[in-house]
Amino acid sequence: MEQLLQHLVNGLVLGGTYALLGIGLTLIFGLMSVVNFAHGEFYTLGAYGTFGALALVGLPFFLALGAAIVLGALVGALCERTLLRPLRRESIDTVMLVMIGVWIAMQNTELLVWGGVARSIPHPFPTAPLTLGPLNIAPVRLFVVAAAAALIGASWLLIQRTRLGTAMRATFQDRDTAALMGVPIGRIHTITFAFGSALAAAAGALLGPVFLAYPSMGDLASLKAFSVVILGGLGNLAGATLGGLLLGVAEELGAGYVSSGYRDAVGFVAIILVLLFRPAGLFARAERVG
Amino acid sequence: MIVRVLLAVAALALVTAPAWLVSPYHLHVLIMAGIFTILALSLNLLLGYTGQLSLGHAAFFGIGAYTSALLALKLDWSFWLALPSAAVTAGFAGWAIGRLALKLRGAYFVLVTISFAGVISLVSINWMELTNGPLGLPGVPPPELGPWTLRTKRAYYYLVLAGAALAYLVCHRLVHSRIGRALVALRENEPLAESVGIDATRYLVLAAVISAALAGIAGSLYAHYTRFVSPEVFLFSYTVTMVIMVIAGGQGTLVGPVIGAILFTALPEALREAVAWQWQMLAYGVVLIVLVFFLPRGIVPSVARWRRSRAF
Repeated sequence: MEQLLQHLVNGLVLGGTYALLGIGLTLIFGLMSVVNFAHGEFYTLGAYGTFGALALVGLPFFLALGAAIVLGALVGALCERTLLRPLRRESIDTVMLVMIGVWIAMQNTELLVWGGVARSIPHPFPTAPLTLGPLNIAPVRLFVVAAAAALIGASWLLIQRTRLGTAMRATFQDRDTAALMGVPIGRIHTITFAFGSALAAAAGALLGPVFLAYPSMGDLASLKAFSVVILGGLGNLAGATLGGLLLGVAEELGAGYVSSGYRDAVGFVAIILVLLFRPAGLFARAERVG
Repeated sequence: MIVRVLLAVAALALVTAPAWLVSPYHLHVLIMAGIFTILALSLNLLLGYTGQLSLGHAAFFGIGAYTSALLALKLDWSFWLALPSAAVTAGFAGWAIGRLALKLRGAYFVLVTISFAGVISLVSINWMELTNGPLGLPGVPPPELGPWTLRTKRAYYYLVLAGAALAYLVCHRLVHSRIGRALVALRENEPLAESVGIDATRYLVLAAVISAALAGIAGSLYAHYTRFVSPEVFLFSYTVTMVIMVIAGGQGTLVGPVIGAILFTALPEALREAVAWQWQMLAYGVVLIVLVFFLPRGIVPSVARWRRSRAF
């Protein structure tokens, strides 16, 4: 029982960052119809950005996290303006190929810049775990889950409560009508891609100090983001949040009770099963809301 | 006319290659080009003729390589039995994936194929008793032909050349048959094709099976050539290489993937001295982006169009 609780808590910590990844990806897909295979590379960018800001620039930890997130947003905006905007009239498959190219190019740029060795990112939290009743949790993980929750809440507020969010939801529902109502679609696309990329970078910046930063870390992150989005339904924001938590818990339980070697298979199997049996996602209703 | 002469010269060059290629290293590059030709032709059947992108194609290649290696090592099967078995096993995997996934199109199909490859790769790493895990399977025997063992690069070159020619013929026959026309019809307009009685699922699954079986043959040829199989055969970079070869050469043509395969095996080897491996992969990413922007149909269709435009 205590073991189960411990797995659940660990799963929620992972799940919070998976939800961040998933929300970014689902926004980009829902609004722009871009299947963003480079999403995980923004996660990697977040981790290395934090590492660079700490080790090379010497920023304090929390500023380094912020710098990494801003970096993710800037690179995302650049990517949208230079590569995606000219292809807006092209088919979804053409754009997908370009994003696969971006994925490979970004990953190998990271490999060239940082080398193949995994880097550990120092953090200011004490390493001794906090004991809460039967549960042990490292303080840094507690920070990760709190920060992820705050970011998810902020995203939700942005999309539901601001003028920009209303414009984003309008674009999501019907691009042409939104354009006719005076929504600047081009700018909304840039902002959405930058915002989604920033969330991925935030996930990387938060999980980097818990695990390690290495160039190919984005591959698994991409696949997890896709699992989350598929679990939650493409374009479904609340679904992505729940899907992230669900995937995190399922992975922990799978690793704990089945086999740790197959931890990463949980996401793959989830993708296959959900696409086959509930292609609209686990939480699909008649109408999806951004 | 010019095309025919060029083709004849190319065929002659390929058949006599071991005679005038002095360095065994160059012969090695040609053997790898042959194996990748089969892979590119295989991927092209799906991507070029059905329009579905499989990003898990390395899985079929790896399944072929492991099947062949395990049969040869554990059951002492001859290469000539192991190779068809590899094709059948990979083809069966292709059938399963095709049955399951071809209800889904586009991005969904891509995700299912990636996930499938991910699961298979994890199995190859974790099922120690069967696959020896990350250490891999050393000592895969070379094929034997009557009293000879095809141990030399020269002998193996002809084996791979025959395999690539066979793969080309299979694709050629298929594409120019009713099946090929049905596939193209489905790619261009699925509802219209179905309205004239083309069973979409049946034809797409057939394409997936043949494509996977060809990749399995390539895997078997690879296993008995390098005589070593490890989970690295499932590396995503193999799939990426195949995709680049098909897109660059010209998807939906038969010659395109062959040219793409030779180009993108020879080019990195030629640049190996000058450029580190990471730069190459980086270049692959950039090349893919540049191709989509500036040469979206690939080399062969573009050259064909250029020739046509000069004819008038």
